[in-house]
Amino acid sequence: MIINHPLLGPRDASEFTYLGDASLIDRPDWQTDNAQELFHEYLYLRDNPAGEHRELWFHEQGDRSWLVVTRSTLTHEITKVELARDVAISRRRDE
Amino acid sequence: MRYSALKVFAQALTGNKGWKPVWREPEPKAEYDVVIVGGGGHGLSTAYYLAKEFGVTNVAVVEKGWLGSGNIGRNTTIIRSNYLLPGNEPFYELSLKLWEGLEQDFNYNAMVSQRGILNLAHNDPQRDGYARRGNAMLMAGADAVLLDEDGIREMCPYLDFDNARFPIRGALWQPRGGTVRHDAVAWGYGRGADQRGVDLVQNCEVTGFQIENGVCMGVETAKGPIRAKKVAVCVAGSSGRVMAKAGMRLPIESHVLQAFVSEGLKPTIPGVITFGAGHFYVSQSDKGGLVFGGDIDGYNTYAQRGNLPVVEDVCEGGMAIMPMIGRARLLRMWGGVMDMSMDGSPFIDRTHIDGLYFNGGWCYGGFKATPASGYCYAHLLAKDEPHPTATEMRLDRFRRGHMIDEKGVGAQPNLH
Repeated sequence: MIINHPLLGPRDASEFTYLGDASLIDRPDWQTDNAQELFHEYLYLRDNPAGEHRELWFHEQGDRSWLVVTRSTLTHEITKVELARDVAISRRRDE
Repeated sequence: MRYSALKVFAQALTGNKGWKPVWREPEPKAEYDVVIVGGGGHGLSTAYYLAKEFGVTNVAVVEKGWLGSGNIGRNTTIIRSNYLLPGNEPFYELSLKLWEGLEQDFNYNAMVSQRGILNLAHNDPQRDGYARRGNAMLMAGADAVLLDEDGIREMCPYLDFDNARFPIRGALWQPRGGTVRHDAVAWGYGRGADQRGVDLVQNCEVTGFQIENGVCMGVETAKGPIRAKKVAVCVAGSSGRVMAKAGMRLPIESHVLQAFVSEGLKPTIPGVITFGAGHFYVSQSDKGGLVFGGDIDGYNTYAQRGNLPVVEDVCEGGMAIMPMIGRARLLRMWGGVMDMSMDGSPFIDRTHIDGLYFNGGWCYGGFKATPASGYCYAHLLAKDEPHPTATEMRLDRFRRGHMIDEKGVGAQPNLH
């Protein structure tokens, strides 16, 4: 797989390490009443879709940036690559 | 028809014209006591043990494709019970004991071959770890032998003992481990279940669950609705997809594991050899091909194929430990989709929906578990209480903090 890095251009996926579903950006608030339940879901439960999947990749052997890659789990086709930082900032703005 | 040497002899004299299809191909009835979703190894063994050991015969197995079309048909055929943790080891030892009696039990040649499994160690801490694991295995009634370098040399003189990075200094040897003819396992269980009245319904995809007021009353299928007192999902690899139809999110990610077969070679590898430090494992099939594999690719996927970096990594692992395979040509390779769970261990449990049961999360180790998985799942379905060896394999173990994390890497499925 080739990941089209927003800053560095197309890079081989073997330069990256994979973390998992991009929902891991949305860490729950530990001070809410049901924090225990929210953290259980955040840490352990996954949508695991067959189809489009947004996921976190770390460019470990490159510029060490975190990326949000939108990729099909049925064909491995990558349709979108964003800096995770930008995704996290825009999500916070939406709140 | 019961198979025997006499039957084979008699059929040979009469042109082999008397063999009958091994199972019926029935249309599904409107209602069953138990509907098993998934006609793979685990689903078929569940049906077999339900009928044979627990007397539940009003059972259907519904399968999307053909019987044994999932990971029972695409694995590296290894059986073993060399686990460490109390939640796992007694279960896998039960499985190995069931393997040992399997062919007589279901009257089918599954080519169970206890040729042994060797886990290589390269340094003192790893050897200590294997000593501890071996003791845990002995305590659970399994067999384990700690070998020194000479012991390994006697068995496998061709290994690269003085490898600069991973010199081979010892090994954990389980003589009762081995390999099994994987397809025959599915066929044998399917035949045994069919003979006892279980309906095996192929080309019948489950498209939904009939859930009314928190109770599962049956399934919607490509061949119409089927009512059931109990619905037992058993679709490792597709667990996420199927359980989403019941509105459930699981502690599972789907990943691909690749496996490889070389061209046929003369007999050279006595059992199964695993090189855990570099992650490469190999055995030799009866046809002579080296059957080997390594790590999962490491990203979520439902595609039954992997990518080249892992192919390279696996072959490098093989070359590091066993340079003699360098001139063997690769004949074929394939990928299978794994339920990778959050702690690397499986689930055999009820769900929060009454009447809906779940079996999955087998990671890359489901084949060896086929008999015990079916036996314990049948026990749960028939008696509504878990089998004593499968009490820890619960869906809520993360919430309760009782993970079964053999590798100790936490909630990171691609590292298990």
